[in-house]
Amino acid sequence: MTVSVYIPSPFRRLTQNHEYVDVDGVNVAEVLDAVNARYPGFGNLVYDREHVIPPHINIYVNNHEIHELAGTETALHDGDQVAVIPAVAGGADEPTPSTALTSDEAMRYSRHMIMGQVGSIGQRKMRNAKVLIVGAGGLGSPVAIYLALAGVGTVGIVEFDTVDLSNLQRQLLHQTPDVGKSKLQSAIETLNAYNPHVTVVPHNAPLTSDNAMDIIPNYDIIVNGADNFATRYLVNDAAYLSGKTLVDGSILLFDGQATVFKPGHGCYRCLYPAPPPPGLVPSCAEAGVLGAITGIIGSIQATEVFKQILDIGEPLLNRLLLVDALTMEFRTMKLRRDPGCPLCGEYPTVTELIDYDQFCGSPPLVPIDAD
Amino acid sequence: MAVRVKIPTPLRGLTGEVDTVQIECATLEEMVGQLEGAYPGMRERLCDESGALRRFVNVYINGEDVRFLDGLASALKAGDEVSIVPAVAGG
Repeated sequence: MTVSVYIPSPFRRLTQNHEYVDVDGVNVAEVLDAVNARYPGFGNLVYDREHVIPPHINIYVNNHEIHELAGTETALHDGDQVAVIPAVAGGADEPTPSTALTSDEAMRYSRHMIMGQVGSIGQRKMRNAKVLIVGAGGLGSPVAIYLALAGVGTVGIVEFDTVDLSNLQRQLLHQTPDVGKSKLQSAIETLNAYNPHVTVVPHNAPLTSDNAMDIIPNYDIIVNGADNFATRYLVNDAAYLSGKTLVDGSILLFDGQATVFKPGHGCYRCLYPAPPPPGLVPSCAEAGVLGAITGIIGSIQATEVFKQILDIGEPLLNRLLLVDALTMEFRTMKLRRDPGCPLCGEYPTVTELIDYDQFCGSPPLVPIDAD
Repeated sequence: MAVRVKIPTPLRGLTGEVDTVQIECATLEEMVGQLEGAYPGMRERLCDESGALRRFVNVYINGEDVRFLDGLASALKAGDEVSIVPAVAGG
């Protein structure tokens, strides 16, 4: 197996200033030994006295840190890229490489990086960002794809459903051969094909009051692509209680809505204090939805995520964006934090997650609904 | 000149798919009454049994949520734009 090893600039005095070294080896340990054989002393930089890789050295295989893989036993294949990244002063607590982008990355993201609002610093912010998408359906699909294309380093997806033929009219992550497959598996395959540098973290269960606070706090930004009110209130409450920004979107028929919630600027409960009784507002399965409206709203959500990561522009905060595809009107309504909000108001009564199925009067989610 | 009421697509079944309705009225309460007269069933979609605006249907006057104005008593004048925005959960 011939693999390419990226040598960080502080170590290049050993490698005669070679940025990349091609060596053979079946796993990471063999490859590091091979580099050491060619450039004696290299091993002393990546291993400590006990021949263990110290915490300030991160080693990546195709952009995955080897602790997430099989450590130095991680198997390698022809063409794999290994990167040795020492923590550097000022960025020592960065979990992912904060050093220069590879030439592949620079080319792949060049249309973003050429813009002053992004640049190489912005692109590295993208690589360091962790974004959670709730639902890999109509909205989750375009959001996940645009995040992956842009090089958002970690994309978590919460999904428990399988791909149904009726999903394919709008859910871009899934294709005809995926029918019957788990949506998560289909999403991982699609996103890896779009951009192998992105780490997709699967959360293979319905989001519930029991698991939400184990998942949501691990991410920087939360994107709502849920298809029911119970999950929407749950995601809202968990994001607020975790202090996270929530990029919200919803769709039905030819209409779409999008907004951004940040603690202190209102939440979904300020917007809609209570869910409709079951049956009063139809679901997409009951009423229908234009496939392309999911692309419009999902693209708006992805755009708001990028603005948050890059810290540019005016976020869609305190504004509810309404899209009517039939009139093709985009209108914004004021969205205020309600001082009486039970979650984010002056005297909150919701201080931990509640039973959202009961709150919404809906039956609990079970993994048989194919919407 | 009347008030322009924007009807969301989930409620256009009641208006024969009309997306904007012109109504002569001085308050939101009157607007709801006239909508109900022209399109029976509209009041039930907007208000609960007690007559209050439903908590999952927002009404905006010129982009301002009427819950932060005077609710159904909010004043309307010619040229105002009223938007009816129900919560939707599709994703």
